[in-house]
Amino acid sequence: MAEIQSYTMNFGPQHPAAHGVLRLVLEIEGETIQKADPHVGLLHRATEKLAESKPFNQSIGYMDRLDYVSMMCNEHAYVMAIEKLLGVQVPERAQYIRVMFDEITRILNHLMWLGAHGLDIGAMTMFLYCFREREDLMDSYEAVSGTRMHATYYRPGGVYRDLPDVMPKYQESKFRNKNELDRMNSIREGSLLDFIDAFCDRFPGCVDEYETLLTDNRIWKQRTVNIGVVSPDRAMQLGFSGPMLRGSGVEWDLRKKQPYDVYDRIDFDIPVGVNGDCYDRYLVRVEEMRQSNRIIKQCIAWLRENPGPVIAEDHKVTPPSRVEMKDDMESLIHHFKLFTEGYCVPEGEAYAAVEHPKGEFGIYILSDGANKPYRLKIRAPGFAHLSAMSEMVEGHMLADVVAVIGTQDIVFGEVDR
Amino acid sequence: MSERYDTLAAQLHERFGEQIRRVPSTCGELTYELDKDDLIEVATALRNEGAFGFEMLMDVCGVDYLNYGSDEWTTNTATDTGFSRGVERQPVILDEADEFEPNRFAVVYHLLSLQHNFRMRLRVFTGTSNPPIIKSVVDIWNGANWFEREAFDLFGILFDGHPDLRRILTDYGFIGHPFRKDFPLMGNVEVSYDADEGRVVYKPVSIEPRTLVPRVIRDDNRYEADLKDVTDG
Repeated sequence: MAEIQSYTMNFGPQHPAAHGVLRLVLEIEGETIQKADPHVGLLHRATEKLAESKPFNQSIGYMDRLDYVSMMCNEHAYVMAIEKLLGVQVPERAQYIRVMFDEITRILNHLMWLGAHGLDIGAMTMFLYCFREREDLMDSYEAVSGTRMHATYYRPGGVYRDLPDVMPKYQESKFRNKNELDRMNSIREGSLLDFIDAFCDRFPGCVDEYETLLTDNRIWKQRTVNIGVVSPDRAMQLGFSGPMLRGSGVEWDLRKKQPYDVYDRIDFDIPVGVNGDCYDRYLVRVEEMRQSNRIIKQCIAWLRENPGPVIAEDHKVTPPSRVEMKDDMESLIHHFKLFTEGYCVPEGEAYAAVEHPKGEFGIYILSDGANKPYRLKIRAPGFAHLSAMSEMVEGHMLADVVAVIGTQDIVFGEVDR
Repeated sequence: MSERYDTLAAQLHERFGEQIRRVPSTCGELTYELDKDDLIEVATALRNEGAFGFEMLMDVCGVDYLNYGSDEWTTNTATDTGFSRGVERQPVILDEADEFEPNRFAVVYHLLSLQHNFRMRLRVFTGTSNPPIIKSVVDIWNGANWFEREAFDLFGILFDGHPDLRRILTDYGFIGHPFRKDFPLMGNVEVSYDADEGRVVYKPVSIEPRTLVPRVIRDDNRYEADLKDVTDG
């Protein structure tokens, strides 16, 4: 019999388990991975360079398109970096709204991850279940910002507008009969907060459903336990963050350790793994969804009690209201200047990081005093995670590559930027 | 928070003395500049010594300071001469120069200490050499590997001692370093499918560069440090 030689295999970029446009060049001996060389950059859009060519506020929309499954968290880091440089104070209500939508975003992201990860390693039902819940959260996005995904809702100094008092309802059409329409609209009778509140009551039960399907499932455990093990020391050495770091047992969460906005006033727990394998990271993320649900509940309770402004009154940075513009010359000038030239940010540099669903998402802005950033650097958590791909899959079987891609929660919008 | 950072700053000054120079910050962040020859020594100490314990390197970021502080539209004398709609472009400086301005390229490192919950930033200028070159920190923080590849790809900064310095984000066979300030935003080439030749061909770009909003720098005395102190006091 001929001796088996190691050979090179190409994986992706057109592959359903590649989560976008990952191209992996795998060196394989038999079915065992010797080395994996990820080729990234197929989705490189030079976001950072584009941002350098336009006023600060015009790049908020680009941030949504970085990690396109956790849109508002990206915006959050960007506006925080600008606020840091400008020294703008954000109204408390805006901070609560941001925290609430950050956590909605975290659930959105983790649902997408769980569905795709499940589908990749053979749990088809997960995908359908997860997308069912995602739909409600997308509707919350739509109600508050007008779009289901790329919200462009946060602004330096607060958020674009207050939460709406009514939820948009489904319209009658020839595809829906009256009963179905009433059923779909029954949860949309109240305000957005009522809608999210109802979701929060329902959601822990949904997470229980996911867990019945997976947590003790023999096949799921065979595919994830002891796969892609990362020790705490290696995780730190490789620049891991978020669930990838916590899965390895390092207790580190920016929401607790370096709290921003109102996270220091909110009660929640940080789940930490033990073994640092795919299964522990699965458990960490599932528990994070439950904790996010808790945070949203607390935000809703606060937001119901405390009406107030949602954006700073500093009209050098935030636009004045339409009403003010009608009879105040200075407001009109502010509005004109803001929407043509933008605002100048004082010379200096700032790094703002948020606990993004995937890890530490940081924005480094270097300003020379102009109305555009001189240099914008996006620190994407997925970039650091993917760079450890080779180390994580070495010695595993070919099929485990898919499990590791899934557990890293790779999204190419942020890796390639 | 700031008290802890003052202590850290004092410790850093005591340990490294003149090797690192603090850069003033308006938002309470610690930034230090250092010579590129000292980088490895300082970085190793920052990682390994218990008082600092910066076990994580969060980010490595290349910066090109070519047009720093220059605007496209004069704002102070504009009313004397009338507003010009046309924006004057910065002249392109070719890369063939043997030497760069010493402060043209910099590499910025963002460090994080989990045990002490500190962040700090190091900035190292690459000096006059063309291509710019600096020591790699991959052996100190393994996570630097791809971040340095990215800085090499986008800025053409070489990292001495990097195990695998290849392009990472741009296309296979890409020419130039796109994030340099003298690289045009729309690039130099465009690709299209040529039906006659039956393959994808590269041609010089056909679109005109345009600026929708000129870059302006306005003197804003709200942000001047001495004025700020008066209002705060």
